[in-house]
Amino acid sequence: MATAAVGTKKLTLVQAVTDGLRTMMRESENVIVLGEDVGRNGGVFRATDGLMEEFGDQRIIDTPLAESGIIGTSIGLAMNGFRPVAEMQFLGFIYPAFNQIMTHASRIRSRTLGAFTVPMVIRAPFGAGVRAPEIHSDSVEALFTHMPGIKVVVPSNPYDAKGLLIASIEDPDPVLFLEPMRCYRSSKMDVPDSKYTVEIGKGRVMKEGEQVTILTYGAMVDASLKAANEAESKGISVEVIDLRTLYPLDKELISKSVQKTGRTVIVHEAPSTGGLGDTLISLINDTSFLYMKAPIERVTGFDTPVPMFALEDHYLPNAPRITSAIHKVINF
Amino acid sequence: METQFPKKQILNEDGVVVDDAYKSLLDESLVKTLYTKMLRARLFDRKGVNLQRQGRIGTYVPFEGQEAAQIGSSMAMEEGDWMFPTYRDHGATLTFGHSLKNVLLYWKGRQEGCIPPEGIKIFPPAVPIASQLLHATGAAWAEKMKGTDRASIVYFGDGATSEGDFHEGLNFASVFNIPVVFFNQNNGFAISVPVEKQMKSKTIAQKAVGYDIEGIRLDGNDVFAVYFHTKAAVEKARAGGGPTLIEAVTWRYGAHTTADDPSKYRDQNESSIRRETTDPLARLEKFMQQEGIWESSWQKELEQDITLEIEAAVNEMENEQPPHLNDMFDHVFAENPWPIEDQKEAYAHVRGE
Ligand SMILES: Cc1ncc(C[n+]2csc(CCOP(=O)(O)OP(=O)(O)O)c2C)c(N)n1
Ligand SMILES: [Mg+2]
Repeated sequence: MATAAVGTKKLTLVQAVTDGLRTMMRESENVIVLGEDVGRNGGVFRATDGLMEEFGDQRIIDTPLAESGIIGTSIGLAMNGFRPVAEMQFLGFIYPAFNQIMTHASRIRSRTLGAFTVPMVIRAPFGAGVRAPEIHSDSVEALFTHMPGIKVVVPSNPYDAKGLLIASIEDPDPVLFLEPMRCYRSSKMDVPDSKYTVEIGKGRVMKEGEQVTILTYGAMVDASLKAANEAESKGISVEVIDLRTLYPLDKELISKSVQKTGRTVIVHEAPSTGGLGDTLISLINDTSFLYMKAPIERVTGFDTPVPMFALEDHYLPNAPRITSAIHKVINF
Repeated sequence: METQFPKKQILNEDGVVVDDAYKSLLDESLVKTLYTKMLRARLFDRKGVNLQRQGRIGTYVPFEGQEAAQIGSSMAMEEGDWMFPTYRDHGATLTFGHSLKNVLLYWKGRQEGCIPPEGIKIFPPAVPIASQLLHATGAAWAEKMKGTDRASIVYFGDGATSEGDFHEGLNFASVFNIPVVFFNQNNGFAISVPVEKQMKSKTIAQKAVGYDIEGIRLDGNDVFAVYFHTKAAVEKARAGGGPTLIEAVTWRYGAHTTADDPSKYRDQNESSIRRETTDPLARLEKFMQQEGIWESSWQKELEQDITLEIEAAVNEMENEQPPHLNDMFDHVFAENPWPIEDQKEAYAHVRGE
């Protein structure tokens, strides 16, 4: 078969999500979307805009307002031949579904030694910085990287969003697909019209550098690149890695980079204690301890609930905090 | 079910009292108070939408159209009772004694917005849908255990009835005979999802049957119906008669929030028509005119006074000192554990403090 024409479109991250959903729904009748306001409204962020018109309300399903219901029924649908893509309106509202994800979605395969599986995707916008009301800004990815049996991915740009979403829908196991709200419309990028995947478990070097490695993901990629470029202008060469998948981590890419630079700064907006930073430090300890020239620095959200938006700029890691960490590992 | 749970009315759309049993209870001062509180809520709400448009506050949640439901019910509560609102119920909380300034601060992204004035028992607005039904049940349970006759009222929408917490709240209240009023505002939509797609049941009141508690359906734009039926439910609760589920059928004229575009999912003409035909304030005005207790000079003066009161609160909100960033660190626990203390210090250091 001839390869598809290599047309591209300039899309935002949220449009790339829609495009990924559309691509997979055209390919397979088994891909269905469930969520609150995903149908007629096209999602509160318009992530499913136009899909009900194309695929009908039997495949783009406005559910009752019940997250446990959405995830619980998606588990049944997935075990019985469908590929549900369930939307949580915000990650901060996933908690009523936590039981279903923790006790069922993530462990049905192991409970049945593979006889039953749950090939479903849970999509959720997340993160602070958009002046959203309370609870809407939570970054609780670590609750799920800690949960055995579910993969966690976070695109930071439109190209990765479409490719990772398609890979997630094709994945035989549950995947939590986290969409940084701050990146939804922050930039446009050429996104291929055709189907392509970005492999789950693979990070990407966003900027090469020699002296410091920044490990980050999601909305913090931009902040990290800013700080890296600023450091560059002061003669410090910084490599920035977008992890893209938080579970399983790209061990090879991470260890290669930190062994090259010997200095690491981890940046995430989720709270520090028990955050992904801790897991990254373990990984570096296991793979690269003797290469390290300085203790690893973490620039993260604090061990506090995300404050209401009048204070959220203080909560979020910003360029000065990242810069200060870069100087600390350089001057150690 | 619609016949078993008829939409109760005292004041019809034309401002005529249709339930004679209440005629003698409608004294002028009560009527004027209800009108005053509804007008205050409406003017506040319009101010909220404007402030958001001008970028002076963040996303705002309007409730215009739901004033009778919120004011009638909150007026039925007394000092010492508890109120558990959602993000859309500042009409109720302001009537129950919340401060205009703090409610405005809430929409300005300030934690102070969650704090009611001293002695007024209003929980912070529940953002996770339906979670508050259980808190209201618990707080009322505490009153019962302490041997008081105080009760809780909890607000929630039609969409909220789909969450597990709604059912758990009703069941606990039923099992333990808790003095709580579950006050549902069925405004026809949960964001874009119409109530007919939210549930197959024809009424929300009928959901009470499953828990063997009383369910009442009423015209939520009829402030008399809301006030008297809620009052009866609270009195029953105080006397040990247990919980009641009230469904107040109403409509929000505007968007779900200022970030929402209702034209995506409904014809906004419907709102204009309802404003003409079923508006809670217009209906009360008609009644007052027919009763001869309406003077346009009174109304004008009232509107002026309220406008001044709101403007003063907006000023206070805008002149409030910016929040201290330590507010974020210093209230997570009674005492900061070392990780928070370390983080606070490190951040101060980066800021050159
Ligand atoms: C647990 C949870 N899920 C989703 C949301 C997002 N959300 C906010 S309001 C809303 C609709 C609520 O509808 P309804 O209960 O009818 O109340 P209304 O907004 O109409 O007053 C939704 C889905 C939320 N706040 N909490
Ligand atoms: Mg509603």
